[in-house]
Order: sequence, then C-alpha cells, then structure tokens
Amino acid sequence: MAKAKETVSRTLIVALVLSIVFSVVVSTAAVSLRPAQIKNQNLDIKTNILAAAGMLQEGAGADEIEEEFSRFDVRLLDLDSGDYVEPSEVGVEDPMKYDMYKAASDPAMSTDIPSSEDKAGIKRRPNVAKIYTLSENGELKRVVLPVHGYGLWSTLYGFVSLKGDANTIEGLGFYAHAETPGLGGEVDNPRWKGQWVGKEVYGDKMEEPQIRLVKGGVSADAANKEHKVDALSGATLTSRGVEQLVNYWMSDRGYAPFLKKLREGEV
Amino acid sequence: MADASAKQVLFEPIFSNNPIALQILGICSALAVTTSMNVTLVMCMAVIAVTAFSNLAVSLVRAQIPGSIRIIVQMTIIASLVIVVDQILKAYAYEISKQLSVFVGLIITNCIVMGRAEGFAMKNGPWLSFLDGVGNGLGYSVLLIFVAFFRELLGAGSLFGISLMPVVNEGGWYVPNGLLLLPPSAFFIIGLAIWGLRTWKPEQVEEPDYKMSRHTAKEAF
Repeated sequence: MAKAKETVSRTLIVALVLSIVFSVVVSTAAVSLRPAQIKNQNLDIKTNILAAAGMLQEGAGADEIEEEFSRFDVRLLDLDSGDYVEPSEVGVEDPMKYDMYKAASDPAMSTDIPSSEDKAGIKRRPNVAKIYTLSENGELKRVVLPVHGYGLWSTLYGFVSLKGDANTIEGLGFYAHAETPGLGGEVDNPRWKGQWVGKEVYGDKMEEPQIRLVKGGVSADAANKEHKVDALSGATLTSRGVEQLVNYWMSDRGYAPFLKKLREGEV
Repeated sequence: MADASAKQVLFEPIFSNNPIALQILGICSALAVTTSMNVTLVMCMAVIAVTAFSNLAVSLVRAQIPGSIRIIVQMTIIASLVIVVDQILKAYAYEISKQLSVFVGLIITNCIVMGRAEGFAMKNGPWLSFLDGVGNGLGYSVLLIFVAFFRELLGAGSLFGISLMPVVNEGGWYVPNGLLLLPPSAFFIIGLAIWGLRTWKPEQVEEPDYKMSRHTAKEAF
C-alpha cells in the first residue's frame, strides 16, 4: 500500500482529482456569492456618497440608502470642457458602471499631469469624471464630486459635496486611505469633517480655490475664516495632502470649468 | 498523540500549547488585525473555520496523499478554503472584510493552519483532526482577542466600536495612546502575555540554549 501510493501515475491522479474537486468548490462559492458581493460594493459606494453629502442617517438600512441615493443623478463629466458627456462616449451603457479610477490608468482615457501642476500627487487624471447631482424641482441642490490625492502613506479617495451655488462645501469624506491610525487617520473623525460644512472653496472672484488647513484652529475672527479648516494635529503631511487634493480638484485642472458653468447656469 | 482524548485535543492548544504563545506561529496576522475587537473576532472565526475544515479535509484524504506532493495537496486544500471564506465575508460582512482586506487571503500563509495539517491531521482521524483545528483556532483567538482588547481600549478608548473612554478628539478626556494602534504594540502585548503565561505555567519555559561559562581570562592591566 505504502509503495503503491508513491507511483508517478498515482501521484498524477491524486493531483488531478484534488484540483478538480477544489476548483469546483471555489468556483461554486465565487459564482453563487457574486450577486451579494456586487450588491455590497454598490451599496458601499452609495453609502460613501451619502455620507459625504451629509445625507446618511445613523443606522440606515440597505433599502433606505438605496432610496435616498435614487434621488441623485449620476452624470459623466468632461473635465476640460466642463460639459456632461453621454455614457456611450466612454463605452458604457449605465453611467454607474464607469470607473474613473480605472480610466486614469488607460492612456486613451486620461491625461498626464505635468509634475509642476500635480499638487495632488496623482500623476494621471481621467478625462471624464463620474459625479452625482441632486436636483429638486429642476433646481440643482447638491453636487457630489469624487476627489483623490496623496497624503502621507497612501492615496486618499473621497468625495466633496457642494451646495447648489457650486462654492459652499456641504460635506467631505474619505472612504479609502491608509494614513496613520490616530493621527492622519483622523480624517475619518466626524468632528473634524464637521468643520468643513459651510466653508467656501472660492474667493469673491471665484477664481482659484482657497481652501487652507491651518494649525492651531480657526478662531471666529480669523481673516478668511470661510476658507480655513483646522489641520489634523500630529498629521502635517496628511493635512497638507488633503489641502492640496481639494484645491487641485477644485482648480481649472479639476472641476472648476464645470462649476463655473454651473454657477452661470449653462449646464 | 494518536491516543489523545478529544477533550485534550480541543483544549490543550488554548493555554498549555498555545499556537501563538508557545509555538510562536501566526504572529503576522496577530499584529495586523488586532486594532479593533470586531475585526479581530471575524478574523478569529475565519481562522477557526479554516484550520478546522482543512484539518478535516486533510485527515479524510491522508491515506491517499502521496508523500512527494503532500505539502502541495495541503496547500491546495487550505487555499481553496481560504478563498471560500473570503468570498463569504465579502458577501455577508462587507465592511469588516474591507478592513481585513488582504489578511483573510494571508490565512493561507498562516503557519498554524499548515502546521496543524502537516503535524496532526496527516496522522490522526478526521474527528480528532477537526477538533484539533478548532482547538488551535481557539488558542489563536484567545491571544488575538487579548491583544485586541488592550489595543482597542487604550488605543481608541472603545470596545467593539462602543466608546468607553471618550477621547479628546471627540470632546472627551482620554488621550489615546497612538502607539497601540500601530503594529509594534502587538509585539509588546504578545510578549507580556507570553511572560504571564510562562509565569503561570513554568513548564513552558524553554531550557536556555547555552550557558555563559565562567570568566577565566586574566584581565590586562
């Protein structure tokens, strides 16, 4: 018996049978659980968008999130011109299926950012962004814009939500990052995020984005306090990264052309 | 070992033969997934499931496995189970699976799983092997939960995400110890746990590898 176990043909047969059995097990699990996983992923994205827009109720269930999210329109946006584009132009049927981060690594769908302008440290930018707008009675109420950029250890991915005036911040949140827990990781702190509400991105002339993260807190009588947010203590580089990435995405290289058209009622 | 009772097999690994504290296996994930209790518990359940079922599966086919490819065979079984566990987590515990990220996949390389398959399941019956897997998984879990308890309590002032000591950043009084949220702190806690365990059970203390010989050379002066 012990000897028969060691023959070449026996070894091959055992290997083959085992591989077949376990590939069936693995594929059954993968295929049967796929719908639930996709549902989770979509729900996760929607939850993050609602959280950034400050519209997420504490303890909201999947159905409530779906319902709340259904009030948003998903739009694809050409960043350079600031105009909406049809989903078919980027090769998808449903705008929700477009992945702007995947597009950023496709040379045909993205542009190189010259290093002098690459404040957010992202190297390439997709030509088309996926944004979320909320209108009530034909009037634009909120617009949720995806942003990303480099902090200290990692690229932070998040959303900035602006009011209908395309200037006032309604909320900001990061859903993926690997900053130091307790220091840079405090970008997730609800109290810190709360400070962003009501800040204004642009100055009076609506030109360059003016957001600054400042040390030592923002006192009530500080100059330009509408643009200033208290930086994270002990996390200078993460704070700088957040400041740069918000300003980058709100600049002419980012959403500024679109936001300008929005203010002038051209979109 | 072949005549070990079921009870022994199940409970020995928890304190007397703890895979982390005595065998010093599976340290990598013990550092990575112990910043919060919720995540740790899920990781523990995943590891228990994988060790138990991989032991069971290896034990069932142990008579058929040719010696020349036995490690690969064990690896295949373990890897398949880990993928299944990962898929289930992604489908039913998405938030936590996001936090565990790559570490579920890394259960494959967790030495405990492989060590028990090779060291126990290859020589014992399916039922005992299954229990041995559960026992070692529990041993791993006990230590992980111990580590996570201190890391979450002192590092974030909470347990299971429920704030017990309100932290300064949220307007409370507790200044969290940031070190405890970083991986090295798990080393300190595991070290202290091993010290405590070996003080309680001195038979776990290893013989010193060598003894310093007496100093005999004459000093120069």
